[in-house]
Amino acid sequence: MAFLTNLINGLSLGSVYAIIALGYTMVYGIAKMLNFAHGDVIMVGAYIAYITMSSLGLPSFVAIIFAMIVCTVLGIVIERLAYKPLRQATSLAVLITAIGVSYFLQNAALLIFGSAPVSFRSVVKIPALKLFGGELIVTGESMVTVIACIIIMIALTIFTKKSKMGKAMRAVSEDKGAAELMGINVNVTISATFAIGSALAAIAGVLLCSAYPVLMPTTGSMPGIKAFTAAVFGGIGSIPGAMVGGLLLGVIETFSKFYISTELSDAIVFAVLIIVLLVKPTGILGKKISEKV
Amino acid sequence: MTKMVPVPSRGIIPERDVDKRPILETHHLGIDFGGLTAVDDISLTIGRTEISGLIGPNGAGKTTVFNMLTNVYQPTRGTILLDGKPTAGKTTAQVNRMGIARTFQNIRLFSNMSVLDNVKVGLHNEIKENLFASVTHAFGYVKAERKARERALELLDFFSMADMADAEAGSLPYGAQRRLEIVRALATNPGIILLDEPAAGMNPSETAELMENIRRIRDTFGIAVLLIEHDMSLVMNLCEGICVLDHGKVIAKGSPDEIKQNPAVIEAYLGKKKEAE
Amino acid sequence: MLKFKSLKKTTRTAVTSYGIILVAFAIMFPLQQFGLLSNAMAGQLVPICTYIVMAISLNLTVGVLGELSLGHAGFMSVGAFCGAITSSALQEVIPAAPLRLLVAIIIGGIFAGIAGLLVGIPVLRLRGDYLAIVTLAFGEIIRNIINCLYVGVDKRGLHISMKDIASLGMENGRVIINGPQGAVGITRISTFASGIVLILFTLFIVLNLMNSRTGRAITAIRDNRIAAESVGISITKYKLTAFITSSVLAGMAGALYAMNFSTVAAKKFDFNTSILILVFVVLGGMGNITGSIIATTILYMVPEILREFSDYRMLIYAIVLILVMLFTNSAKAKLFRERVFDFVLRRKKNEEEEGVKND
Repeated sequence: MAFLTNLINGLSLGSVYAIIALGYTMVYGIAKMLNFAHGDVIMVGAYIAYITMSSLGLPSFVAIIFAMIVCTVLGIVIERLAYKPLRQATSLAVLITAIGVSYFLQNAALLIFGSAPVSFRSVVKIPALKLFGGELIVTGESMVTVIACIIIMIALTIFTKKSKMGKAMRAVSEDKGAAELMGINVNVTISATFAIGSALAAIAGVLLCSAYPVLMPTTGSMPGIKAFTAAVFGGIGSIPGAMVGGLLLGVIETFSKFYISTELSDAIVFAVLIIVLLVKPTGILGKKISEKV
Repeated sequence: MTKMVPVPSRGIIPERDVDKRPILETHHLGIDFGGLTAVDDISLTIGRTEISGLIGPNGAGKTTVFNMLTNVYQPTRGTILLDGKPTAGKTTAQVNRMGIARTFQNIRLFSNMSVLDNVKVGLHNEIKENLFASVTHAFGYVKAERKARERALELLDFFSMADMADAEAGSLPYGAQRRLEIVRALATNPGIILLDEPAAGMNPSETAELMENIRRIRDTFGIAVLLIEHDMSLVMNLCEGICVLDHGKVIAKGSPDEIKQNPAVIEAYLGKKKEAE
Repeated sequence: MLKFKSLKKTTRTAVTSYGIILVAFAIMFPLQQFGLLSNAMAGQLVPICTYIVMAISLNLTVGVLGELSLGHAGFMSVGAFCGAITSSALQEVIPAAPLRLLVAIIIGGIFAGIAGLLVGIPVLRLRGDYLAIVTLAFGEIIRNIINCLYVGVDKRGLHISMKDIASLGMENGRVIINGPQGAVGITRISTFASGIVLILFTLFIVLNLMNSRTGRAITAIRDNRIAAESVGISITKYKLTAFITSSVLAGMAGALYAMNFSTVAAKKFDFNTSILILVFVVLGGMGNITGSIIATTILYMVPEILREFSDYRMLIYAIVLILVMLFTNSAKAKLFRERVFDFVLRRKKNEEEEGVKND
């Protein structure tokens, strides 16, 4: 039974990682940049939802929608102000700028919300499911998180395969120059990617804080780093890869916490990542890129 | 007289080289990319001081052959013998140390380094300087660096580039960059040098100078030259043996005169060329 | 000035780098000795030296070799804790503090070098962003492991455990590393002078290396890996050389850093520290050693100077960082700078020409 409990908890945590990883992977695929500020967008989303519910007393679904809107706008603004001027710059310059944005968001949150952690009220009202005579408890949060992750995954896949914008995104990620010559507005496409990624980050933030109800300005950074490794794990740039990577990471983390050591669980997660990359240098579902000589 | 003949009848290499074994031999070389055969059944023999050409229409697989010869790609089939020794399983760097050097179709210089340093990098395995000497700048460092500098300048002077030694490689004019790539390759002290479209983008007078230089390389260094080139007058005037590739297969081998008259070549390559002109 | 400009570029870099450090020492050392520095300032001297060494060594990996590393603080951590253990364990054997510091720094460097080798061999086969993520993972693993590490010393020697102090099984022993608290009870033997010596040593190694056969091979790999291979340079060998040298220096810096405090926790060397050092390197200029020294000093001091703005200082720091990156890297800013530069040059030229006419 412990095994099943852990598996469910792992899948639930992994679903959150997967949703965050989707944001990393889409942005990487299209803008070829590591958006380090992505983790902090999660934190912003969670705070917005928190305020909407606690201070304004609005229902939770309004809070989620409001958080998504704010994060979408935030994502677009960050991209326009900080990343767009650096389209031609080296990837390292963009990386450092993203780090600057991450510092900015964290410290702005510190000034506005203070450093003290606030306790987040769960948005999930579904009661926990008791199975096998109460031996296996599946919390409402777990169910909602996993289901949300599956829905997002399916929706995103359909979106990138069928919609005009989705096709534009795939074209831009293959070859920016060629896409531009075909009449695709690259700037709009990149903005749209950031918008989607940030909206997902808002959902992830709300779900993460519903399951682990401690919210403070640095809440986003560790899940951010882990989701980023999850994206690499699965093969960065690949949407199913982010999903697989996120779920695996969540399960490995939960299992190593339970069966090996709570303190060493992060070390184990990262060690598994290194091993996977050594065996398959482009991640589980990553494509092999060969250099032309 | 044929300088490059099909293996296994082999044997006919330039008269001056007959008593020596060929510098480069390939036997039925082929490579597949994802199930697709890109190049197949390439058998070549190149004499120690032969200038030979690899020609063929765009996409015929010429650069792929170069990449196999330098182990950038590991061949799927066949063997390569460099100075009689097989190169299978070696890295590109090891194959270079065995005596094969090359230039690239799209110039690959160390563009942020000076011209002199580019050649010194080429001299890497000729310089006796270990890590300890590198770090301390003692224990033979000064002597090794002085020798490297002298040798590099000597090589640059051979192509009248000594006055550019301190310029940044990336800032050189196009023709000079192409020459620098050749100098850098020569610095590795090879037995055979592969030139990938050395005359691309050059005007007729530069091309004439290049031809002269290639002959001087052969005569001075006593090494073999294998080149890929689209400029037919250069190939026909310079090369002693020519191999024609089309769709990844050898369609003809022989002397320039034989190649000129070969109907398969005319159809695949020269014919089109003539029409275009 | 003209004479200086006519020197070779490498000589010029060396003269400026060594010069800055020696001048800084000549000014700061007397001030420190006569107690003219504020306590806060005096306390920052060794950390600044440490971070300068960290930045120079990271520049070897990122700027000279061209591989992004996000786990440099991990090597610093290895050096710091190995150094702390060495120093504590040898307290009775080597009573002379400077000698013990030297031994601790060397041991710290050696172990960080071994860590560099272990990480480097498999990792350097990966390219670009993947290498970055693995170095990040390595830094986190090291931090995590040290967080659960307990080390103590008694008459019988060193005791190591991953559980708690009790399982060390010591008799009247001294705890050196106490899990999440990190290294405790360190004798503070690092001095400003030793920091300067370590910087000079680092400069000696890195500048010499850059201007040598090995250094050329490393730079060649960065500029064009395929061409470097084609002239017979073994990629793995030289990548490893650069990576390990960088790790050893980081480990030495870590040991120096640890010995400046009475306690050092593993979380001091987390991902954020790695990023901080990377920021120093990028803002100082890739491959620019003098730049690393200047950028580290200024950026390390900025939060201190901004202390008056207390709450706002990190926010200001973030904004400054973004603006600097935009100004130095965006295409528009580049165009703007070129125009200004052109304008200034033209005016200077006109003035000169007028000068000639007037003559």
